[in-house]
Amino acid sequence: MMTQIVFYVFAAVLVLSATMVVSARNPVHSVLFLILAFFNAAGLFLIAGAEFLAMTLVIVYVGAVAVLFLFVVMMLDVNFTQMRESVQRYAPIGGVVGGVLLVELLMAFMHWRAATNIGQIAHLVPSSPTRTNTAALGDVIYTHYIFLFQACALVLLVAMIGAIVLTLRERPTGRRQNIDRQHDRTVADSLEMLQVPLGAGVDAQGGFLRPHESYDIAAVPGTYGTEAWRVAEAREAAGNALVVTTPATGTKGEGDE
Amino acid sequence: MNSPIEAIGLTPYLSIGAILLVLGVFGIFLNRKNVIIILMSIELILLSANINFVAFSAATGDLSGQVMTLFVLTIAAAESAIGLAIVTVYFRNRGSIEVDDITMMKG
Repeated sequence: MMTQIVFYVFAAVLVLSATMVVSARNPVHSVLFLILAFFNAAGLFLIAGAEFLAMTLVIVYVGAVAVLFLFVVMMLDVNFTQMRESVQRYAPIGGVVGGVLLVELLMAFMHWRAATNIGQIAHLVPSSPTRTNTAALGDVIYTHYIFLFQACALVLLVAMIGAIVLTLRERPTGRRQNIDRQHDRTVADSLEMLQVPLGAGVDAQGGFLRPHESYDIAAVPGTYGTEAWRVAEAREAAGNALVVTTPATGTKGEGDE
Repeated sequence: MNSPIEAIGLTPYLSIGAILLVLGVFGIFLNRKNVIIILMSIELILLSANINFVAFSAATGDLSGQVMTLFVLTIAAAESAIGLAIVTVYFRNRGSIEVDDITMMKG
């Protein structure tokens, strides 16, 4: 009896919050109701005995996906109230399609029955009272579904790379790492010993501004890097000349960023 | 361990799944302009599929349904990540995420 009460409480909150997800005016509220819906779905999973999946749902959805949604909703400066204008226009057709779907599903429910030999299907892992849900799930995944599991990892990798590639933006003001130059650096290029007179400071010697002289300018022509690298550098320099501006004294850092 | 699902039965679970599916489809129509809410509706639809998988898995005592739920979760996470990345890039380029404006590939 207690189980039924808990089930129907979770189910009612789940359906109500799902309704609010699609009907809330503010998208931030939609995301928060989505989190509530996933929590209650995790409760339903727990009642069904799928403990590992319930925890996964909470961790993956509430911890990652919902927060991702929140980030995007709050990051995009979109006029969401203007977007609600079309709701009245599309509500009837949405209601018709949803109603037809619901009626069809109810008809399927009324004429649905389990196969008579459902108790005889071969189980991959026989349930044992001493085995926890997580351990049994691990047995099934790592013996019978290992290739699907690996494919899932591949899907996640592709999704990660795809999201990075999609959102990576090359800013003209950004400072990029030039690995070729870093590897071609020598001590002589980057280190300079100065004899500083006592009490005179280093301003007379050129100051501490780095790069004091850019190392590709300082290098003796024809001696720096490989031939192919020099050709590529020259072609690149012809396209967009790198201008190193030295800020005047007293305004150090003003031109940055 | 006697599963509590026997006290509830399969039908309530399937009904919840069906209601969530209908709500997701309805949400796609209701928020035709807002891509983010459409993505959330797709998450609801996938959640309904998960509930069905778990309910049948618990009712028949077969763990394959729960494994499938795990895979559906993975796909849903990947899908929402890619979808939100596309939304971000689209907003950066066009300054709007209205679905009606996305007609550049119409030809």
